[in-house]
Amino acid sequence: MTDDPVISLRSATKRFRGATGIHTAVHDLTLDVRPGEFLAVVGPTGCGKSTTLSLVSGLEPASAGEVLVRGAPVRGIPAGVGYMFQQDAILPWRSVLDNVAAGPRWRGAAKAEARERARGWVRRVGLGGFEGYYPHQLSGGMRKRVALAQTLVNEPEMLLMDEPFSALDVQTRGLMQDELLRLWAGTGAAVIFVTHDLEEAISLADRVIVMTTAPATVKASFDIPLSRPRNVEEVRLTAAFLDIYREVWDSLREEVARSRAQGTGQGVDHAA
Amino acid sequence: MQPDARDTGTATATATQPTQPTQPTSPRTPADLDNAAAIAAAAAARRRRRAVVWAVRLAAVVVWLVSWEVSATYWIDPFNYSKPTAIWHRLIDWFTKGTSAGSIWTQIATTLQEAVFGFVLGAILGVVLGILLGRSRFLSDVCAPFIKAANAVPRIVLASLFVIWFGLGLSSKIATALVLVFFAVFFNAFQGAREVDRNLVNNARILGASRTQVLTSIVVPSATSWILASLHAAFGFALIGAVVGEYTGADKGLGLLIATAQGSFDAAGIYAGMIITTVIALLAEWLLTGLENRLLRWRPPVAGGDAQL
Repeated sequence: MTDDPVISLRSATKRFRGATGIHTAVHDLTLDVRPGEFLAVVGPTGCGKSTTLSLVSGLEPASAGEVLVRGAPVRGIPAGVGYMFQQDAILPWRSVLDNVAAGPRWRGAAKAEARERARGWVRRVGLGGFEGYYPHQLSGGMRKRVALAQTLVNEPEMLLMDEPFSALDVQTRGLMQDELLRLWAGTGAAVIFVTHDLEEAISLADRVIVMTTAPATVKASFDIPLSRPRNVEEVRLTAAFLDIYREVWDSLREEVARSRAQGTGQGVDHAA
Repeated sequence: MQPDARDTGTATATATQPTQPTQPTSPRTPADLDNAAAIAAAAAARRRRRAVVWAVRLAAVVVWLVSWEVSATYWIDPFNYSKPTAIWHRLIDWFTKGTSAGSIWTQIATTLQEAVFGFVLGAILGVVLGILLGRSRFLSDVCAPFIKAANAVPRIVLASLFVIWFGLGLSSKIATALVLVFFAVFFNAFQGAREVDRNLVNNARILGASRTQVLTSIVVPSATSWILASLHAAFGFALIGAVVGEYTGADKGLGLLIATAQGSFDAAGIYAGMIITTVIALLAEWLLTGLENRLLRWRPPVAGGDAQL
């Protein structure tokens, strides 16, 4: 594995003009992601974690500083990026199969080929037999599977995930986390996984980054020495997990407290 | 990898039927039979309810027509108010012997042709401009005051202007219908294009959609339910435009029949013209509903769809 970062932010800053003046969502953020690395980003709710992802994806330009993907500055949407949004973003008027086939179709694949690739991914995310269903006929977890297949069918080199499972119930979430690890294991993609759930972050990632209260910047970075392949529900019960959890939580706690004091968010899920 | 039961089990009932590989279909149990009985009972109740609704509707029409007929015969002046039997005879007359302006079918065909042309052209124009302005902040900022002003013009009055511009033939009526349809469709298409879910657009862009592809595969389908909703009202407007245009000045059409009837104080003729127009509008509504259901199959079924008007 080369150590040239596939994604790097150099003193990236993002400001928005809001109703109450200029709001700085991300301030002076410097961050590297290596190829194939699974990076989780935690921080208080509303601290600017999602903004970081929109900078990397090219959906929003940085106000200052640099965002580099494979060493090149981001202008527009970089090739090889996949993005899973917090809310459902699959097309309600397309069947499961056509939703998954959308990416290859838009990228110029022939209809038959796009559908063939889509069919494979629909099966791999465990939705075989549901190809003809419309999203409203599926449960929340199944819709997330569609979104996952839709993203992975493009074989992204970088996978950006913005609290993708936060709307799911606890059991389904655990299931989807395992599913994600299983599917990701074969791809070699770098992942930035944004979450406010510290347990989720530690059980999935190679490295966890704690962000400060808005304006967001990196507060601390923790390597997660848990072995792979992991079972997210079992790894949570190990002593090693709890040690790291305590360490990261110590760092996160102050930010959550500050965020509460500012009244910008409801803090993080702290379930331990 | 099979979908886990915990996950897929929460799918709606319709979604779980074809693939439940973990649950082999068992032979019918008493519980299944109970279910079948309950379903049959519910279906019977639904049928009874529908029969009652239709019976009450029918009774209301009968009461209305009979009371009109009776009061026009004994108390009020049928010269002003006409009565159901007179209207009925007028309709029979028109369909068997023809009207003052020629065969009734010619009149219907003329009005229908004007309405359909006006409707199609107005709808196309409304959809295209609505989506264009809905997606372009600059264009909509520039055009907003003009559109508001144009919308404030009493458009029926334009019919007079169009008769002067385009003469007594089809085109002046088509123009009137077009103007009425355009605004109805335009505002809905505009709103529909403007309210496209940003998430859907962002997701499509990430997945590789170009600007044109975002327009054709995200914006247009999103706006479709708005546009289709406006088309129902729009066909009514097209008919109004055609009839009012004919009323203003024409040599053929249902509007001419109504104008002629008014000129000769023939209340029955006005009612007869109204009834034919209404039947055409209802038929068009039925066709449009069929089209809408076909295009919007992906939508979840509306709860209590029976109660929809």
